[in-house]
Amino acid sequence: MPVEVESRRPVIDELGREVDELVVNIGPSHPSTHGVCRIIAHLDGEIVLKAEPVIGYLHRGIEKMAENRTYLQVVPLTDRLDYVGSMYANWAYCRAVERLADIRVPERAEYIRVIVCELQRIASHMMGVGASGADTGAATVFIYAFEVRERIVELFEMLCGARLTYNYVRPGGVSADLPDGWIERCREVVRWAPDRLRELDTLFFGNYIAAERMKGIGVLSETDAIAWGATGPVARASGVLFDIRKNDPYSVYPRLDFRVPVGENGDCFDRGRIKLLEAIESCHIVEQALDQIQPGPVAAEGLPRLIRPRAGDAYDHIESARGSLGVYLVSDGSPRPYRMKVRSPAFCNLQLLGQLAPGHTVSDLVVILGSLDPVFGEVDR
Amino acid sequence: MTSLLWGALFGLLSGTAIALAALFGVWWERKVSGRMQMRLGPQQSGPAGLLQTLADTIKLVLKEDVTPAAADPRIFRMAPLLVFTPVALSLLVVPFVTGWAPLDSGVGILLFLAVPSVSVLGVLLAGWSSANTYGTIGGLRGAAQMVSYEIPRTLSVLALVVVAGTMRPSAVMGAWRWWWLLLFAVGFVIYLISSIAEMNRGPFDLPEAESELVAGYFVDYTGIRWAIFMMAEYGGMLACSLFGAAMFLGGTNGLPGLLGGLVLLVKAIAIVTVIMWVKWSFPRFRQDQLMRLAWKVLTPMALVQLLVAGAVAVAWLR
Repeated sequence: MPVEVESRRPVIDELGREVDELVVNIGPSHPSTHGVCRIIAHLDGEIVLKAEPVIGYLHRGIEKMAENRTYLQVVPLTDRLDYVGSMYANWAYCRAVERLADIRVPERAEYIRVIVCELQRIASHMMGVGASGADTGAATVFIYAFEVRERIVELFEMLCGARLTYNYVRPGGVSADLPDGWIERCREVVRWAPDRLRELDTLFFGNYIAAERMKGIGVLSETDAIAWGATGPVARASGVLFDIRKNDPYSVYPRLDFRVPVGENGDCFDRGRIKLLEAIESCHIVEQALDQIQPGPVAAEGLPRLIRPRAGDAYDHIESARGSLGVYLVSDGSPRPYRMKVRSPAFCNLQLLGQLAPGHTVSDLVVILGSLDPVFGEVDR
Repeated sequence: MTSLLWGALFGLLSGTAIALAALFGVWWERKVSGRMQMRLGPQQSGPAGLLQTLADTIKLVLKEDVTPAAADPRIFRMAPLLVFTPVALSLLVVPFVTGWAPLDSGVGILLFLAVPSVSVLGVLLAGWSSANTYGTIGGLRGAAQMVSYEIPRTLSVLALVVVAGTMRPSAVMGAWRWWWLLLFAVGFVIYLISSIAEMNRGPFDLPEAESELVAGYFVDYTGIRWAIFMMAEYGGMLACSLFGAAMFLGGTNGLPGLLGGLVLLVKAIAIVTVIMWVKWSFPRFRQDQLMRLAWKVLTPMALVQLLVAGAVAVAWLR
């Protein structure tokens, strides 16, 4: 349970003198900042009085760079946003372009997109859960999670040759059809994965120490989650039933039968475990999609190389592994976007750190950061 | 004069033994953790990668010995030795062979429990003198933890002393009977847990907590001084396993000479493997949970163990 912070300030020593708080600079290069986050932590002993995330160490100006590229050339840039789940940014961007230029996507392409994005959800959540394990000191959890991720990355490698930045989802469809034998390989993986995920659940979330470390830590209430604009597993762990796949259904999701796991306590334990439950659910979604997928074209017909949408703007969002990922595009009728803006869930979720950490110990600080699961490519853009 | 020579010889031998144990221990740990994590561990350099740790040592020795500008240089340089020396000294009283220890003292057990406590100073000074916030927090955590776990550890060994009626380690080993395994099962677990906490290993590695404090109290150390901290950790693991095997698990089982020593070594390696197994499967405790475990769980349990041992000693043995 967090201690009351205000009662500890100003910090008084045993002789009744007011002393400085211990200011610890964590990051940007630190084993558990999930990339390049910097946290300025004010401590009284082990207790965090204030934690300020400092961002921008991975800023590459992707939104600005997009203004000088054609619509197709922007897709590889979106790979570099959420580099743990590149498929999502590909898809969110392509949906915005398709909306802007009135492109109809063939049904097979929609199915392929759903399949790769649900696989991506498993892969991305494995990174999140594994990193939470590493943050609490359980190195083996990280490796176990990576076994599942590795199988999925191998599938992506078969699809597009890349293991991290796929550039697979393109405006109007996907870059290439599924290779021979891919559906069988994929079916094997999603049938095998749930057992491994349950094993991981027992190994990590079933462990007494892990539960003690995460339960009741960094509790985010339902109202706060909504007020701070939290989305994805962070919001759902607090009991907010918000999932764009259900609330604003897109693509072929309405034809698929799946549950959205929701947590109760909004603590680090729920935020971590909900990712694992979502990954198991994603396996079922992929299996259904593999059953329903029909042969056909995978790219919109008659789409020019140089897409010139009419002047106007468009916004579209999808449910990424981290929450609501939206892309806003403005077009002036030229073949290059006039402006691109990304609404990244990791950025919105990260701002909660300063709210959740005070009153907890330094050890909890890294666990809370890990449970928010930020990816700094997406935060800094 | 002879005792001085004997001491120098022992110092040389125990230093070498710990260095070799650390070489083997690091390799063994990599192999054990590799097996647990679906990896192979080192395998390229030498048979089964055995020479990998030797290569690492050469690299460490050749690295620049950096003392941070803000550090207190004298204390900073001395601290690793303050951690290492007590650990090496504690090997002095371990009965390696039936009826023999390098120093077969009548208060050997007391020495084994008391001398390694001095390394708390080294941990605290290392963290403080490096003038680094991570180091300071690590050093303070280390001091609190090592002092706390001293108590259940001492109490659990004390139960043995009560039943054996002596503090001479070789005599305790000689008095060992198979039913001690049952009588001291709880005590052995307490001894193991508090020993892990004493040597700052996972799940009690808070003073160096990689994901929080990067390396804790030795965050600013490089090269050979860092290696001395590592050697102290593996030396501590070796000492605690050898002593635990000798006291709780029957040690040499009365077998003569080298054969007995071999039996003791195999038991010790088994304990080391369990310690590694625990480290690689469990997450780390938090500071308050660590203290709660020491004071509210282990200490009362150790007291009960002592009481039971005392009752047994009074009822059947005297």
